[in-house]
Amino acid sequence: MAYSKKGVLEIINQNAYLVEPLFGKDIKKAPTRDGYGEAVIELGETNPDIMVLSGDLTESTRTLTFSKKYPERFVESGVAEQNMAGMAAGLALEGKIPFVSSFAVFSPGRNWDQIRVSICYSQANVKIAGSHTGLLTGGDGATHQALEDIAITRCLPNMVVLAPCDKIETKKATIAAAKHVGPVYIRFARDKTPVFTTDETPFEIGKALVLKDGVDAAIIACGTMVYPSLEASEELSKEGYSIRVINSPSIKPIDVNTIVDAAKDTGAIVTAEEHQIYGGLGGAVAEVLTTNFPVPQEVVGVMDTFGESGEPQELWDKYGLTVGHIVSATRKAMKRKPRNPIGIP
Amino acid sequence: MLAISDLEVLELEAMANTMRQDIIKMLVSVGSGHAGGPLGMAEVFAVLYFHILKKDPKNPFWPERDRLILSNGHICAVRYAAMARAGYFPVEELLTYRKIDSRLQGHPHNRSLPGLENTGGPLGQGLSQAVGRCIAGRLDGKKYRVYCVMSDGEHDEGQTWEALMWAGNHKLRNLTTLMDRNNIQIDGHTEDIFPLEPLRNKYEAIKWHVIEVDGHNVREIIAACEEAQHIYEKPTAIICHTVPGKGVSYMENNYEWHGKAPTKEQGEVALAELRAEGDRIQKEILGAAK
Repeated sequence: MAYSKKGVLEIINQNAYLVEPLFGKDIKKAPTRDGYGEAVIELGETNPDIMVLSGDLTESTRTLTFSKKYPERFVESGVAEQNMAGMAAGLALEGKIPFVSSFAVFSPGRNWDQIRVSICYSQANVKIAGSHTGLLTGGDGATHQALEDIAITRCLPNMVVLAPCDKIETKKATIAAAKHVGPVYIRFARDKTPVFTTDETPFEIGKALVLKDGVDAAIIACGTMVYPSLEASEELSKEGYSIRVINSPSIKPIDVNTIVDAAKDTGAIVTAEEHQIYGGLGGAVAEVLTTNFPVPQEVVGVMDTFGESGEPQELWDKYGLTVGHIVSATRKAMKRKPRNPIGIP
Repeated sequence: MLAISDLEVLELEAMANTMRQDIIKMLVSVGSGHAGGPLGMAEVFAVLYFHILKKDPKNPFWPERDRLILSNGHICAVRYAAMARAGYFPVEELLTYRKIDSRLQGHPHNRSLPGLENTGGPLGQGLSQAVGRCIAGRLDGKKYRVYCVMSDGEHDEGQTWEALMWAGNHKLRNLTTLMDRNNIQIDGHTEDIFPLEPLRNKYEAIKWHVIEVDGHNVREIIAACEEAQHIYEKPTAIICHTVPGKGVSYMENNYEWHGKAPTKEQGEVALAELRAEGDRIQKEILGAAK
């Protein structure tokens, strides 16, 4: 809890039910993909139409337990992602709810045309689960680090795009995807990241959630960049800034109201995502701002370049995805605010 | 296998001829579309819609129906003609093909017209969907069969082989494909552009049962479909050797007619040829009925 320069109380949103303490070395860490694995098992128990397809990446995508528990509802496609997407479309058009599991670079990367035509245009009720997104993929290098997946799915009509922020939210997003009728893409990651939401934290497709209120700027983040954004806000609060932090796991449909409110209340927006700066959450937020309430925006993401092999933290340092980068971007956004905005003395 | 009478064969041939005339009228009306493939597959579609498929045109989502996936969506004019003639929608609607606000899209869209099982256009996508439907049918203990019409040209696509190998490995016996082996693709003859032979050997190597037929011989097509129903350990591929542009002399075997429509005058010539053939079949029908 802190006061901004203007004397406004900035506070963690109690209705977000985040873990306490939120910061510190003791925070529990787990890979977001584990949440996906747990969710499909839970879904499999309650819904006989749930199926899982895997492209020779069953353990990596955490679907091994499902495959053993429900072998008849598990389809091993082999390393053939185009056929996997097509089979899923056929299954969905017969009433099944297939979850297509692979690395995001292969699905929706390699099979984009199949997702476009056989799934989205056909309105087939298929869920695409892309693991190993972002630089957190680490040592495998640039070929396996999906940094374009939001851009290529967000542009598809009928598609919902979800980028949950931790293991618990990934589980919720997966369960929500199963309930939603229509194509959904969910992205998650390989490496361990803080688990800072709880079972009580709200999740709804199409909704963003203010995790921490503030009035000097708002950081809108998704996926693995949400927790570093909270840390960035905390760091700036030591300097007296009150920074709102918004978790926006639903990139499409995006929560226009929460974004516009943040622009009106703070006058400066920062977006943060583990994705290319073009076509991702930053682009989606910019589209909302330019058509509703334009304010300065800074984009934290990978700067139109491919990654490389390395430890996750080294890669975040080198490619501009650390708390420090979010702090700098937020300072820059605040500096760009008009000096005398209307209505603010 | 049920014996089929000469009269039934002639009636299917007459239906194929009617569908060819429909196709020419559709293409001339809109001034674009594909001619070669649809004309070449008229007998196959006549046999499927009027002899083989379990279907209910008034209830296109009937759960027990056989599923017909059209993978090479660009030949949809022949499917539309067959569906209209089978009673899925009024024959007059055929002339909306490729026009604004039509249910008959240039490449078929499953959500536009009830009775279309799939969206097809980008080649190689249909068989995977057919495989998915086979898996669902097997899981649910359903009796329906899945038929997938494919082109030879789309065997250039890697996805086709992904799906073929998956189906062979998993012994999808409720799956039957009918390949339009007309030897042409947009840029020329298949064996010049991207040679596919030996197709039979390739299919057999990946655990398919293969039947080759004259794709204009109604009896052979029926016999092959019925044989496929009695192959219990493999999916069946029926390679239908066809003449692209069949029934219109200036289009036959000319790959330049793969993707274009006849002008009004060319259409008149085509229709005159087709009507003459139609009259010949009607005379034979009268003879057979006696």
